[in-house]
Amino acid sequence: MKASHFALPQPSLRWVAVWRRNWLVWRRLAIPSILGNLADPLIMLFGLGYGLGALLGEMGGTSYFAFLAAGFAASATMYAATFESLFSAFSRMHVQRTWEAIVNTPMTLDDVLAGEWAWAATKALAAGVCILVIVAAFGYTTPARAIGALPVIVLVGLAFAALGLAVNALASGYDFFSYYMTIVLTPMLMLSGVFFPVEQFPGAVQAAAKALPLYHGVALVRPLLAGELAAGFWLHLAVLGGYAIVGFYLALILTRRRLLK
Amino acid sequence: MSVLAARGLRKSYGALEVVAGVDLEVAPGECFGLLGPNGAGKTTTLKLCLGLIEPDAGTIELLGEPVPRRAREARSRVGVVPQFDNLDPDFTATENLLVYARYFGLPGERMRERVPQLLEFAGLAGRGEARINTLSGGMKRRLTLARALVNDPQLVVMDEPTTGLDPQARHLIWERLRRLTAEGKTLLLTTHFMEEAERLCHRLAIMDRGRIIVQGTPRALIAEHIEPQVVEVHGPGYEAWMERARTLAARVERAGDTVFCYAEEVGPVLRSLAGQSELAYLHRPASLEDVFLKLTGRDLRD
Repeated sequence: MKASHFALPQPSLRWVAVWRRNWLVWRRLAIPSILGNLADPLIMLFGLGYGLGALLGEMGGTSYFAFLAAGFAASATMYAATFESLFSAFSRMHVQRTWEAIVNTPMTLDDVLAGEWAWAATKALAAGVCILVIVAAFGYTTPARAIGALPVIVLVGLAFAALGLAVNALASGYDFFSYYMTIVLTPMLMLSGVFFPVEQFPGAVQAAAKALPLYHGVALVRPLLAGELAAGFWLHLAVLGGYAIVGFYLALILTRRRLLK
Repeated sequence: MSVLAARGLRKSYGALEVVAGVDLEVAPGECFGLLGPNGAGKTTTLKLCLGLIEPDAGTIELLGEPVPRRAREARSRVGVVPQFDNLDPDFTATENLLVYARYFGLPGERMRERVPQLLEFAGLAGRGEARINTLSGGMKRRLTLARALVNDPQLVVMDEPTTGLDPQARHLIWERLRRLTAEGKTLLLTTHFMEEAERLCHRLAIMDRGRIIVQGTPRALIAEHIEPQVVEVHGPGYEAWMERARTLAARVERAGDTVFCYAEEVGPVLRSLAGQSELAYLHRPASLEDVFLKLTGRDLRD
């Protein structure tokens, strides 16, 4: 690790070229990709929302379907950002050596990472929007409220894209990612109030949950879809923003360490 | 003014000094070759010169820009052909060129006009819509070379441009590189093919263990470092014959089961072979490979 690895991010606007490269690839695969984004959370949402919802009735003052839908809007965003910044970014970094080709031009690694970050967050936004469209279409929220939740979806995407890029910089192969998925993301999914209120847990677990980015995402999205502002709105926003910014800086340091030697 | 001037370059990884004090100067319009066995530090030297990694010591000026401080500006006028193929497999040949041009900030309309020329240069005219995985190794290399020209660079840097290619594909690459020097472009390439260096390079440097051992024109290096004539001998009984040959040639070396005799005048060596029908021999002028092996040794490098 060298001092220059810790330099603050210095991306130029050229990062847009990296975003456009990924966009051009994705455009061709857009329809299967969107269907893939939609199918998994929707099966879960309708299965659990209607099945469990019928047994549970209300949860947290709304129908269980609406409760779960808000959670899924955040968690689907998390997974989309993660997949793109782990598996897809790793292919481009390590397998195809696309990043290596890019830094031979006037682009720098900072540009590449900024472009990948923005791209993963864009795909995450697309996944979140898919869920919100369905939720609004079934009348569990209004289009205006769904649009109001978009900035939070963007922030959740940026936070998990940044964390994913940091994990990517440490990966030795695709297998490495299953640790992150199993040890970090799956517990986070359970602890963040996606399926049931965090208050079900003992106090100590609740306190730990409040350190997780997904918790803050869910805590923001659920009231927004009900037309309310979360208690502690700015705090939730600050934590998510912190994960995004610190996470990206960390990803940059680790990626520089990996590639600029 | 030189296209590239590096002074006192050093780079270590842990205890291993990969580049151990390299001075390098490339003049405009020349084809400069960096030769050396595997692990000599050639690729690291190129990466340092492009500002992709930071040197531990030394200064670099690339196209008048101090590197790594203004490497971005310098690289905007350089084309790079990397050692490992990294064309974008998600794109067609044309898309590879267009997307790469964007990294230089080149406008799309102007690039579209240039793409047919670049494809023609790559010998891929009419194959613009071809997917990368349908191209042969030689086609991919030529497309990578064409990709390095999207920004009409003053300097093209190539890391082992013909490694892994068959002779036909290699000759085609050489022809294209000569075309580039004829157009006035400066080339900097690494290779471990002596024939390639001898045919293409105006000047070259032989590098080993992080240092440049010698540099000069191929002819001057041969004249300076090696006897002009070589006789290679192998076959049953070569060992006994070798002992006699030591008195007949200036320098006698053995590599595996072959004896190499180097001399100004090899008449005595050839005469002593006249009666030895079991020994096969080859008489040839000394080449760059002989210089290379003399200076870097015959031990295997992995």
